[in-house]
Amino acid sequence: MRLVLRNLGFYLIAFWASVTLNFLLPRFMPGDPVSRMFAQAQGTMQPDQIAQLQKLFGLDDRPLWRQYVDYLHDVATGDLGISISRFPTPVSEVIGSQIGWTLLLGLTALVVAALVGNILGVLAAWRRGGILDSALPPLLIFVGSFPYFWLAMGALYLFGVTLGWFPLRHAYDVGLEPGFDAVFLGNVATHLVLPALTIVLVSVGGWMLGMRNTMIATAAEDYITMAEAKGLSPARIMFRYAARNALLPSVTNFGMALGFMVGGALLTEVVFAYPGIGYQLLASVQALDYPLMQGIFLTITAAVLLANFVVDLIHVRLDPRVRVR
Amino acid sequence: MPVLDTPDTATAVSHDPPTRSPGASRPARRGLGRRLLADRKARAGLLLLAVFALAGLLAPVLAPGDPSLITDLGATPPSADHWLGTTAKGQDVLALTLRGTRSSLLVGFTVGIAATLVALLVGLASAYLGKLVDDLLTLVTNVFLLLPGLPLLVILAAFLPPGTTTVVLVLTITGWAGSARVLRAQATSIRGKDFVAAAVVTGERPLRIMFREILPNMASVVMTTLLGCVIFGIGAQAGLEFLGLGDASVVSWGTNLYWAGNDGALMTGAWWAFVPSGLAIALVAFALALVNYAVDEITNPRLRSRRRRKS
Repeated sequence: MRLVLRNLGFYLIAFWASVTLNFLLPRFMPGDPVSRMFAQAQGTMQPDQIAQLQKLFGLDDRPLWRQYVDYLHDVATGDLGISISRFPTPVSEVIGSQIGWTLLLGLTALVVAALVGNILGVLAAWRRGGILDSALPPLLIFVGSFPYFWLAMGALYLFGVTLGWFPLRHAYDVGLEPGFDAVFLGNVATHLVLPALTIVLVSVGGWMLGMRNTMIATAAEDYITMAEAKGLSPARIMFRYAARNALLPSVTNFGMALGFMVGGALLTEVVFAYPGIGYQLLASVQALDYPLMQGIFLTITAAVLLANFVVDLIHVRLDPRVRVR
Repeated sequence: MPVLDTPDTATAVSHDPPTRSPGASRPARRGLGRRLLADRKARAGLLLLAVFALAGLLAPVLAPGDPSLITDLGATPPSADHWLGTTAKGQDVLALTLRGTRSSLLVGFTVGIAATLVALLVGLASAYLGKLVDDLLTLVTNVFLLLPGLPLLVILAAFLPPGTTTVVLVLTITGWAGSARVLRAQATSIRGKDFVAAAVVTGERPLRIMFREILPNMASVVMTTLLGCVIFGIGAQAGLEFLGLGDASVVSWGTNLYWAGNDGALMTGAWWAFVPSGLAIALVAFALALVNYAVDEITNPRLRSRRRRKS
């Protein structure tokens, strides 16, 4: 319990740090990016909306501490301002309409990569020196050293443009009515394959190597020898005895991998024009839409921190040693 | 010369953990460079790096003129005149790739060195000063580790004025934390050794203890960290520039890919416009990883013997 509270405190500090960073960036950056934005947005906005944005970026004459307190209050109540590129939609609404696609892409890729990687790792460790153990890791490391987005470009070119197996862009065909019917879901699934596949390809090596190394360490434990001496079947020892315990570091990695996945999803979304928040983040940067940019950054940060906290809770539940300490 | 060196080596040997025999530990520190050259993996990696460095240095000779000059040869496939074809704007892809080597390697290594330096200072200060400083620095490190890297990169790059300096700065800010954690752990374990305590008792200055007593004993970890940071730097620079957040006027592998994407090289089937730059990034990263792996094996005897037993 104390550990959980300590971690919660740490995550709150991390979130406070990113909110503060968000507060400071537009105020102290050279070149005055915010006035560039206002110059661009002049014609389209009502005076009171401009006033609200000026308040958000500290262009009125309140003292700095007052601005800071107000900003913290706004973030805490979920008021992230109004998007400029999608004027007059509030930032939170823009994010809400697109975060689903990122979650779908990121989680699918993460779950598939973790599953496949862990299983491959278990098998590689069990048959040490076998083909899985000797040939696959170097190959995966080599694939992993390609830039994320470059593999995505290659996959898009090969499977999308040349072979025509998969659609090239977006999350579903234009003109299709979103709904929970077989046609729409099937269409979404075919659009998901290529982006998810590239993320899986790059990240599966890390999972596999991590699992392999802990499995090797676990397989040397006394209780494995004991299980073998009892004459249990190899499959039972491998999965119920060794893998179960070796899985623990993978659970911790899951939280860390999530942050990485968000970054990977960002680049992949850009290559495939997939309408998630990563794609939107880049679009908002190009449109100088600072409120939306900052809102997306805060949302991603909050999601990653929350996921890590959940992973911590699961870890405490799974590993009694953590509870004792 | 060897006679003069004896006292130094003697102290170095006494610092080593008792598991290593004194005879074995001596060459490990003295001839890291020579032993790297003797290792097959490291040799392959270093050779590959040397080829790229040479290509970058000789780029103006090999491909004279301005590589980004727009001509009317739109998107021609590889031929005798243009070995790697031309882009949609009629630029020679080989020239672009060669010229890109300069910026990519320069930024990659600058970022790697800068990030390692920050990580080293944080790690050493954390380990030597301990207590409150350590807690504070560890907290900052963990916060930076947890914040999603790429979105942070994008936000910072969006607010700072575009340019190579910005790219280096932003990548250093986002890249140091992981290394700081590793270096702190290593420095803390050395901080606990007797010879550091002896140095403290003798009244040596803190800076001297940090840089002359602790640092030399973790040289190999610093080396692997540096290589890791360079890999990060090259990859992340390419990612940032691919998103159009770098300096689009500079020719680098990242901007080459950005323009390839922008000019629709994928849709028109001009694979030669994006394959060379991506391959170059992967090869450099792979070469660095090979060297890294070899350093690990040379300086960590446990890893080496396990590997030998396996084969």
